[in-house]
Amino acid sequence: MSSKRMQVGDEIGPLVKPAVSNTQLVMYSGASGDYNPIHTVEEFAQQAGLGGVIVHGMLTMAFVGQLLTDTIGNDGDLLTFGARFTGMVRPGDVITCAGRVIEAGVDGEKQVVTCEVWASTQKGDQVVIGQAKYTMPVA
Amino acid sequence: MSLDLFQPFIGVESVPVKNEVEKGAIKKFADAIGDANPLYRDEEYAKASRYGRIIAPPTFSRTFDYGEIPGLRFNREGLIHGEQHFEYRQPIGAGDVLYCSTKLADAYLKEGKLGQMTFLVYEQKGVNESGETVFIARSTVIYRGKGGRS
Repeated sequence: MSSKRMQVGDEIGPLVKPAVSNTQLVMYSGASGDYNPIHTVEEFAQQAGLGGVIVHGMLTMAFVGQLLTDTIGNDGDLLTFGARFTGMVRPGDVITCAGRVIEAGVDGEKQVVTCEVWASTQKGDQVVIGQAKYTMPVA
Repeated sequence: MSLDLFQPFIGVESVPVKNEVEKGAIKKFADAIGDANPLYRDEEYAKASRYGRIIAPPTFSRTFDYGEIPGLRFNREGLIHGEQHFEYRQPIGAGDVLYCSTKLADAYLKEGKLGQMTFLVYEQKGVNESGETVFIARSTVIYRGKGGRS
């Protein structure tokens, strides 16, 4: 697998995920062990003042994780990955993940890259803002 | 939710829980997040990779059992996730055995758009059988609504 030399300002992605379905929320609850009913029980989410069920922040963060692993490929390593959940995602929303390189250097055989990453809905609302650091082979 | 409820537990750690990383759990998780990467599901492909085994997606460590902070019991329903941070020291793969623990690192109140909110910061880690730390995670969770109710 070849990898290009990353430069500050380079864009990452975008990765557009299929619309989040209610089934996906049930699957994610089961696979993650996060059974908080705000993600699956409409009535509970209404009573909690959320205006309906909201998508697990960690599911949206996992989408951004996929953007990163797709970008890095099999020959690099993700070192750190952090995210702030800045908006609510609803079933039916289409999430687009993207990023931008903010630091790039070389350490021996490896490139060390820091990037900002984010996820937004089809309405343009940013719902995750984060940062990640990873290595890739030097091109 | 009163801050007094949490303050005595700041710095208190759970007893580490043994977690066996199963390939079926990784596949199920990858299916749920809709990531078709063969590293998460195809044993032959994964074996030929430099990892030599099926590995887990970056956020998979959230599925582990971290145990309970002794004495800290409260209703988690309705909690909102505010922030999440991971530091990866080694890949996590199928067949790994990890001892995972959690501790309450901080608890504080903050005034937000929706009124007063209680913030809880947890620090979690996974340690392998050789005693090496494989990952460290930091989570901030939020109770919305009025403080003072305990």
